[in-house]
Amino acid sequence: MNLTPQTPPHPSGDKRFKLLDVAIKRHQFRQDALIELLHTAQELFGYLDHDVLIYVGRAVRAPLSRVYGVATFYNFFSMKPPGEHTCVVCMGTACYVKGAGQILQALEQKHGIKAGETTEDGKVSLVTARCLGACGLAPAVVFDGEVAGKIGVDATLERVRPWSAGSPQTEEARP
Amino acid sequence: MSTEARREMQEAERARLEGKRCRVAVCAAAGCLSNGGQAVREAIARTVREKEADGDVEVFGTGCLGLCDAGPLVQVRTESETRLYEKVDAAAAVRIAVEDAVAGTPAKDLLDAANAAFFAKQRKIVLENSGRIDPERIESCVAEGAYEALQKAVTEMTPTDVLHEITASGLRGRGGGGYPTGLKWSTVYKAKGTRKFVICNADEGDPGAFMDRSVLEGDPHRVLEGMAIAAYAVGADQGYVYVRGEYPLAVQRLKTAIKQAERAQFLGGRVLDTGFSFRVDIRIGAGAFVCGEETALIASIEGHRGTPRPRPPYPAISGLWGHPTLINNVETFASVAPIVRNGGAWYASIGTEKSKGTKVFALAGKIARTGLVEVPMGLTLREIIFDVGGGIPGGRAFKAAQTGGPSGGCIPAPHLDLPVDYESLASVGSIMGSGGLIVMDETSCMVDVAKYFMEFCRDESCGKCVPCRAGTVQMWGLLDKITRGEAARPDLERLEQLCDLLKSTSLCGLGQTAPNPVVSTLRHFRDEYLVHIDERRCPARVCEMTKAAPAEVYP
Repeated sequence: MNLTPQTPPHPSGDKRFKLLDVAIKRHQFRQDALIELLHTAQELFGYLDHDVLIYVGRAVRAPLSRVYGVATFYNFFSMKPPGEHTCVVCMGTACYVKGAGQILQALEQKHGIKAGETTEDGKVSLVTARCLGACGLAPAVVFDGEVAGKIGVDATLERVRPWSAGSPQTEEARP
Repeated sequence: MSTEARREMQEAERARLEGKRCRVAVCAAAGCLSNGGQAVREAIARTVREKEADGDVEVFGTGCLGLCDAGPLVQVRTESETRLYEKVDAAAAVRIAVEDAVAGTPAKDLLDAANAAFFAKQRKIVLENSGRIDPERIESCVAEGAYEALQKAVTEMTPTDVLHEITASGLRGRGGGGYPTGLKWSTVYKAKGTRKFVICNADEGDPGAFMDRSVLEGDPHRVLEGMAIAAYAVGADQGYVYVRGEYPLAVQRLKTAIKQAERAQFLGGRVLDTGFSFRVDIRIGAGAFVCGEETALIASIEGHRGTPRPRPPYPAISGLWGHPTLINNVETFASVAPIVRNGGAWYASIGTEKSKGTKVFALAGKIARTGLVEVPMGLTLREIIFDVGGGIPGGRAFKAAQTGGPSGGCIPAPHLDLPVDYESLASVGSIMGSGGLIVMDETSCMVDVAKYFMEFCRDESCGKCVPCRAGTVQMWGLLDKITRGEAARPDLERLEQLCDLLKSTSLCGLGQTAPNPVVSTLRHFRDEYLVHIDERRCPARVCEMTKAAPAEVYP
């Protein structure tokens, strides 16, 4: 295999593509590094844009169909830009038997979105996790990367409230 | 590093620790960290420094101390005694530092005598180093004997000697299947190939299980050592650890450990100055439950969608890129070093006739002491839940214990005196699984639980084979109908037919075991299903019944 294929730099000149190039070179343009590269890309860009998928696909010489197939298969990869803040509700069994379902329901109602969606103003993304492995803290909710354990419905809503402050859409959704 | 250098590192660290009067271990597992464990550790370290006692007292972060529910945890160990402080806040941290660590008088009012029961019936082999080592410092691990077993294997034993010890130990796969580890290793050893691989399956996808995460966070070197011994035994030179992306701390600790082990020549080229080479890379999963299935995991490491393929050929014959590949779970690898160090016969002396050794369980759900426990095989469920776990809080009655996650089943109260081993759990329709043990009380509805797991399998089905892809959707639809009070008796029959169908025709373990939660709840809690259907009522008052006329609910 030719180890240094010519990948033209991304026309946008976005510096993050240079960082992606570093990762691509470190993995020697290997196709089996596809998932690793998508991880890197998502860390850099926050989500996987079509542009990024095409770029990664070209670099490892994988057809776009395959890159797209992999990106959509795994739950970790997101094709939509995330909101300003992210709230992750753990739906593992331990959290579920301790009422994670109600927490999720309350958040969905309050913000008028379903799990996996972002509010229209782009402030809050609501995500569910399979299991955070923090079952000792059930029910657990992650607010912007910070795990809060043994949390109730009200406390959760309270933590999310300031994120969407001033947004009329969430105000009217309140009962 | 040569074998002498390892010994020197071990002796130097041991000598350093001898000078300390007392060691303060602050739990640095993900659970305690998110409860403010880091601040506690800093407060204790700062106070000890201020009192100018850092010569006498060592403050360090350690792996999961077990009682995750009562974090942040601090363990103080002197020559004669070990004390565990629970729910340590900033004020308590300062008191522990001043009174116990520096002055040597335990802060008795902060200690809870009840936690002694939590440890009484446990036997720690996989978790023996928690509270003793700092997982981020290789010296501290080596002082407790890390890589001693690897050294013994590569310098004093032949690969067949190692295989012999593992076979003699009776160790079985801790990922849940319970396949004899010695047999698996021998198959890979005998398989012909130009290259061989060792993979550590750390894609702990079962919701409600956190054993692998705790082991990786608490003692990554133990896992790496187990992998290296396995590689030596089967003739592999490259290993992969496939870790869940949801476990950033485990990934970080593992990366540190690999770097340290390579620098010390416990991994990499010419391990411990012998002819044996073994490199380890990390592959981070991207959130797909099916990747816990070994052929799907291999596809994922190769950079593909994580879809399984039919077996045989088993990975032991044709695995990663077509080469013979050994795949074991984290806990299995973590059990290897003690077996090599103490001999297979020693390990076989623990446990029951067919299930040897110890098993780590993650206790969670409606249980007083949530946490990580390690018990010898053959302890009864009652002992684990009531003696170790402290029973059900709030004076409620025990209803069922769920083991094995979405592939397992619910065990009801009449079977509480069942000894926990692979065969007994299978005999009541559940499985050992990777070790998640979720306790449910009378406020949990069994039909709802079955629906929860079916929803999980429906979402996580990779879509490759029809029985699983379509069957899980149909089964979920039927369960949803039951929980909404819209089902009739024939629906139950259809549900049971689908259970059989999925079990016998699905391609991989996910689909074959997906009906298990339904089968086991139907077996032990059929009444509850019938009340939902006939009386349109949920005995646990979990399901909201729509009294409306039955409607087609298939999505």
